[in-house]
Amino acid sequence: MNTSTFLHQHAAHCESGVISSLLRHEGIALTEAMAFGLSASLSFAYLPFIKMGGMPLISFRMPPRAIIKGVAKRLQATFAFETFGQPEAGLQRLNQLVDQGKVVGLQASVYWLPYFPDDMRFHFNAHNLVVYGREADEYLISDPVFEAPVRCPAVDLQRARFAKGVLAPKGLLYYPRSIGSRVVAPDSVLAAIRRNCKIMLGPVPLVGVRGMRMLAKKIRRLDADSAETRSFVGHVIRMQEEIGTGGAGFRFIYAAFLQEAAGLSGRSQLFQLAAQLTQIGDGWRRFALATAQMMKGRVQMNPVQLASMLDALAAEEVAFFKALKIAAQ
Amino acid sequence: MRINEVPQETNVILAGERKAVFACDENGMMVTVPCRGWEVEEIVTQHAVDALKQQASAALVQAKAGICSPLAYWMYEKRMDEVVLAQSTGLWRWRVRRHLQPQHFAKLPDRLLHVYAQALGLPIETLKSLP
Repeated sequence: MNTSTFLHQHAAHCESGVISSLLRHEGIALTEAMAFGLSASLSFAYLPFIKMGGMPLISFRMPPRAIIKGVAKRLQATFAFETFGQPEAGLQRLNQLVDQGKVVGLQASVYWLPYFPDDMRFHFNAHNLVVYGREADEYLISDPVFEAPVRCPAVDLQRARFAKGVLAPKGLLYYPRSIGSRVVAPDSVLAAIRRNCKIMLGPVPLVGVRGMRMLAKKIRRLDADSAETRSFVGHVIRMQEEIGTGGAGFRFIYAAFLQEAAGLSGRSQLFQLAAQLTQIGDGWRRFALATAQMMKGRVQMNPVQLASMLDALAAEEVAFFKALKIAAQ
Repeated sequence: MRINEVPQETNVILAGERKAVFACDENGMMVTVPCRGWEVEEIVTQHAVDALKQQASAALVQAKAGICSPLAYWMYEKRMDEVVLAQSTGLWRWRVRRHLQPQHFAKLPDRLLHVYAQALGLPIETLKSLP
């Protein structure tokens, strides 16, 4: 039972937090922000055909596992990803790895994790955490979005790992197998930035800046007086701010990454662009605040105004990513 | 967002936990700062939680009146809906919908009750009863 050597680290986002913890445990200095940026994970997607609790999926980052895979690619590392048809097999494998002293990343549903505050327990399947030991019937867990390590009864973790539905984890566990490059090369940082610009400025109507405009169009058409409108815009903000760190939060993480990237590559423009992105992040926070005020009825619900704010953010991001693309050439 | 602008509004949703957020320090560097919560998150999450609780209490009244089955109440109580329950059990959605009706639920074999009980994390006895 190897529990002594692992160091917990509080992170803003679960997946970038887990990958940075796992690699740090292997002796590689990789901050959460660097993990996020290196995997080119800043994104926006509005997917009205995927419903969660009757609401469309709105995401501010790339799909689950993208961060891990992106980081692995840039470090020429290989990760073992294992999923299980039989829950029993998944349990045995986890215990086997933990008993060998391995630190293992897991995907799990938030709802079945008892250490989460009650009001945060929704059926959201793509949460990530680290298991670094077990004692009696409990696992020792480093959940990056919590300040301190936590414990979780084995039955509950098992249920959380094998929850079904959208993005079902199927017991997914992962750990690094081999790591090719132990330092981050400036070239891979610049390549990651260029890739991220491509995603944000890409041609698909539902992804990147165009996805924001699409969502703005949808919001603009909402009826100011209906209860569904409140639920819909509330959902947008919940996706933005609560579920996985959110729109503004991801922009701030990316800004932190750009600052590191500026140091690594010696390109000071990236440092200025980080400041610009921080301001855009503040814009996302104002959008969230305006929406919440309208939901509370402190000001009149005004979908047109919200849509215009979103369009303005989209325009700012177009300018930002175009400048960033040039800076990373 | 500067460090002194990081909201510390003791969001009830977080139940005393703190989140890590990135903010700008006095030298213009982005660093992580613990955050006690922001009212905006509280408003939107509370709205979603309330909607789920309302569905559960409405289903409880209906189940007691015999309009829907106890399964309907437990489904909402566990913050699910027809889609999530169908996915969690591996049953077709129309079957789940059928089992939300008391007359069909009453005839369910133990095998299916077990499937539902598993998905909801409840003993079968609880599933058949109401609080």
